[in-house]
Amino acid sequence: MTNHYIDIKNSDVILIMGSNAAEHHPIAFKWILRAKDAGAKLIHVDPRYTRTSARCDYHVPIRSGTDIAFLGGMINYIISNDKYFKDYVVNYTNAPFILHQDFSFNDGLFSGYDPEKRKYNKDTWTFQKDANGVPMKDFTLQDPKCVFQALKQHYSRYTIDKVSSITGVSKENLLRVYSEYAATGVPDKAGTECYALGWTQHTSGSQNIRTMAIIQLLLGNMGIAGGGINALRGEPNVQGSTDHCILYGNLPGYLKMPSSSLDTIEHYLDKYTPKSNDPQSANYYINYPNFYVSWLKALYGEAATPENGFGYSWTPKMDDGKAYSQLHLFDKMLAGKVKGLFSYGTDPAVSSPNTGKTRKALEQLEFLVSANIFDNETCSFWKGPGVDPKKVKTECFLLPASATMEKEGSQSNSGRWVQWKYKAANAPGDAISCGDIQIRIIDAIKALYAKEGGPNAESVLNLKWDYKNRDGSMNVEKVSKQINGHFTVDVEIDDKGVKKQFKKGDCVPTFGMLKADGTTSSGNWIMAGSFEANGENKMKKRGKDDPTGLGLYPNWSFCWPVNRRVIYNRASCDVNGKPYNPKRKLLEWTGDKWVGDVPDGPWPPMADKEKGKYPFIMKQDGVGSLFGPAMAEGPFPEHYEPLEGPLTKNPLSSQLINPAIEIFKGEMDKTANASEEFPYVCTTYSCTEHWCSGALTRWQAWLLEMQPELYVEIGDELAKKLNIGNADWVVVSSARGQAKCRAMVTKRFKPFKVEGKTVHQVGMPFNYGWLYPEGGSDSTNFLTTTVGDANTFCPEYKAFMVNVAKVQGV
Amino acid sequence: MKQEFVKLIDVSRCTACRGCQVACKQWNEMPASRTRQHGTYQNPQDLQWNTWTLIRFQEHVDKSGTLRWLFRKDGCMHCTNAACVKSCPTGALYYTEFGTVAINKEACIGCKACVAACPFDIPRYNEADEKIYKCDLCYTRLQEGQKPSCVLSCPTGALSIGKKEVMIEKAYARVKELGGDANVYGDKFVGSTHVIYVLTEKPEVYDELPSHPAVPFSIILWKNLFKPFTLIGLGAVAGLAGLHYLIKGPHKVHEKNEGGE
Repeated sequence: MTNHYIDIKNSDVILIMGSNAAEHHPIAFKWILRAKDAGAKLIHVDPRYTRTSARCDYHVPIRSGTDIAFLGGMINYIISNDKYFKDYVVNYTNAPFILHQDFSFNDGLFSGYDPEKRKYNKDTWTFQKDANGVPMKDFTLQDPKCVFQALKQHYSRYTIDKVSSITGVSKENLLRVYSEYAATGVPDKAGTECYALGWTQHTSGSQNIRTMAIIQLLLGNMGIAGGGINALRGEPNVQGSTDHCILYGNLPGYLKMPSSSLDTIEHYLDKYTPKSNDPQSANYYINYPNFYVSWLKALYGEAATPENGFGYSWTPKMDDGKAYSQLHLFDKMLAGKVKGLFSYGTDPAVSSPNTGKTRKALEQLEFLVSANIFDNETCSFWKGPGVDPKKVKTECFLLPASATMEKEGSQSNSGRWVQWKYKAANAPGDAISCGDIQIRIIDAIKALYAKEGGPNAESVLNLKWDYKNRDGSMNVEKVSKQINGHFTVDVEIDDKGVKKQFKKGDCVPTFGMLKADGTTSSGNWIMAGSFEANGENKMKKRGKDDPTGLGLYPNWSFCWPVNRRVIYNRASCDVNGKPYNPKRKLLEWTGDKWVGDVPDGPWPPMADKEKGKYPFIMKQDGVGSLFGPAMAEGPFPEHYEPLEGPLTKNPLSSQLINPAIEIFKGEMDKTANASEEFPYVCTTYSCTEHWCSGALTRWQAWLLEMQPELYVEIGDELAKKLNIGNADWVVVSSARGQAKCRAMVTKRFKPFKVEGKTVHQVGMPFNYGWLYPEGGSDSTNFLTTTVGDANTFCPEYKAFMVNVAKVQGV
Repeated sequence: MKQEFVKLIDVSRCTACRGCQVACKQWNEMPASRTRQHGTYQNPQDLQWNTWTLIRFQEHVDKSGTLRWLFRKDGCMHCTNAACVKSCPTGALYYTEFGTVAINKEACIGCKACVAACPFDIPRYNEADEKIYKCDLCYTRLQEGQKPSCVLSCPTGALSIGKKEVMIEKAYARVKELGGDANVYGDKFVGSTHVIYVLTEKPEVYDELPSHPAVPFSIILWKNLFKPFTLIGLGAVAGLAGLHYLIKGPHKVHEKNEGGE
């Protein structure tokens, strides 16, 4: 989240799209209801009427996989009706920037496309620069080559008629949402967006979010109280795991994983340290080397020296141009190229897409190590349905892990608040925490390497690994301090004119003090400051004071970065630092300092041409990106159909599917677009009562009682057509597999009118597997496709095609 | 009486997360049943001896043609003139100092008079121990100054508890805010209940919710005319149940729990 859960109460219009907030964030939903109590409008846009819809002012049904069309229409509406916040757009976004002469968009493709590689050369996705190397701008926004005009032209194609025909949303509903949301494009109104997996789990998932980011920038909703783009993460600590690099291309704190052609640390740092010639752009990532070298110091301690490039050569590298996502993992595993798998707290045999392929892949492993609180379908794949245990060579280990309440540590909520939690109970039997399991495994590996040597020995032997208590158990506070970072020598630092002394071993109190010379160590730069220099753990703070009255609670826990509760908050003020909305004063420049939230940097507001800085300090150019060249499939989001959809032609261009997605072409990756055999759009989701694959919650009798078995939600019109009665047994099938389940016939799914045709959509939860309850249904993911987002490879669980048939004689 | 408490159920704030349904089972140590999917989120299908509160899910198309998904937390209403207390031959069901209705399991003889009498169809009979079960509004928690576990678990503020007059005022204020068909349900019958609803639709729209609940005439007859002159005995109870049957007809038959516990 750019903002945080409590801040949602400050909003005037809440668009919930790509999320079923009430069902999946039941606790956080109270802040949405607080906003409603204060008069906010709540809008739910979703294929299905859910428990969230029930509490919103109204629900707008939309066909799965058409969010960009819907939002693109909103951009068109905002621009053509002059609803954008001009002052904000001109000063705080790249709207005035002049694009490269040869940048173009034609029939669904941007300039630079290579159809063979399904990738873009982005050389023309750049700005023209002046003699000083600063991007050229037209603050009147009239230059036909400026970003604003290109944006306007791009989305002029997203007319109400076109959008309605693609999305299946009525024109009346489109205009209602557009006009109500666009009304927040004024200084004293805030609109926020809440999304979750309903946006990410698409082949255009990242661009769904980008499109909304464009809207929020146009309306001046970024960096303000009650605004922002808010990913609702959940109980699995998604925020914390992402911060600590669960994604293959990341290192802790969103630093980049190096690839093999970056052979030296200098080459690596040169590639990832952005440069800006604009003196008013803080370009904060200029500090990249400070963060990265400090990370290497945390990894290798004293073994990392300037002479050996701080151990850069010991770190793993990716092959150039290769991806290592979950999709690739199981693809390679199926091809026999992966020998072993550590599966901690996860159940991919249920939760990964294309279950048939995933389970077949597991059979190719030599060993599988699971650490979980219960057995699950992954660990027991060798005795699953249709598997002959005699033919499986894989050696499987199930390590009993303790549950979340049985261990101490930090937990991060979606608002980036990192809160310390305490152990509530001892784990049963032999169960220990996954951290303790890891300590023991690495200890054993290090001992073996010391004795016998092996590949990449320096990486293993030099690894700093002193996180134990005297009894050999993991000392979680030591780990946390290592993540925060410390000084490796005695230093004196000039902190805004004040000289401060720190001793070797003192915690680094802020990432601004990290250095690239080896004098600091930090396991994750964004967490620097979670401890005071004296070792006080700020994650344990529980102060309830709220000086701004906006619910920032600055003394409750630690929030990264540097306890800033709303990021990009300088954009809540005009160029002179005066709040746009005095009623919700997040920040104000008082002439010599900022007062309110922790500002995005200490510099004066940008009207001070000498010392002032632009507000979006993490961006190279200091402003928000209406034009976003970092994306794989284009700097402006464009609507493409899901890999499997009901249409043979994209109504907007000749490019049916996202041109930058990777197509998996194995035997088990069959697809069936617009086929008569699989005529219904299907989407998958979770439910309040279960958690993810259900590997934990299915064992909880009270939860299982409420949601005992797999079902498919079918609109009553389709059910009637297929002669399916409520609670009948049905088989849902796709080109890849099938799932037997109960029919839930409902008024909450309605057919869509798409390109003149009636399109039905159904939906299924994915919380079930064969292992437990006995005799229950197996995984919904037998149906889903092996395909992911072009930027992240997040699988397209949310849109694919199926058939539904009644099981006769049951 | 110490202080009358009222629990307010504001259905307009309920997200049907069913935290209350689980919290109730957890605090009261009630086992789960092995259910199946019946084509609805509602599960178990009805109140049971081991399910004292249940979120009822109901798809409803209103007058304007708009689909509403109604969630109603069902459970004991804790009446002031409680038919169950009046009909109970052994005094097992009784009023607490908070105005709520609790049950002394030791004294229950499993006669099911309360089952027949309750206008809200709340008490459930357990064949295994031949006793009656129902919500006691967490009597032991109230005694310790704690909220009932359902209220404690509610994340949205749909459930709240407090002094009777305060809660009734709160309910009316909320109804005024909601407008339309919103109404307060519970303060106008059976001497006023200690669980009241803010409903968004008229009472008759909701499944299993009587529009005009009343203590059955037979019970009034029994309580006020016969009971003072008769010894409590099974014959009288049977006569009572028979009389009630003649006048009111039966509740729907309570299904057995599926799949065992």
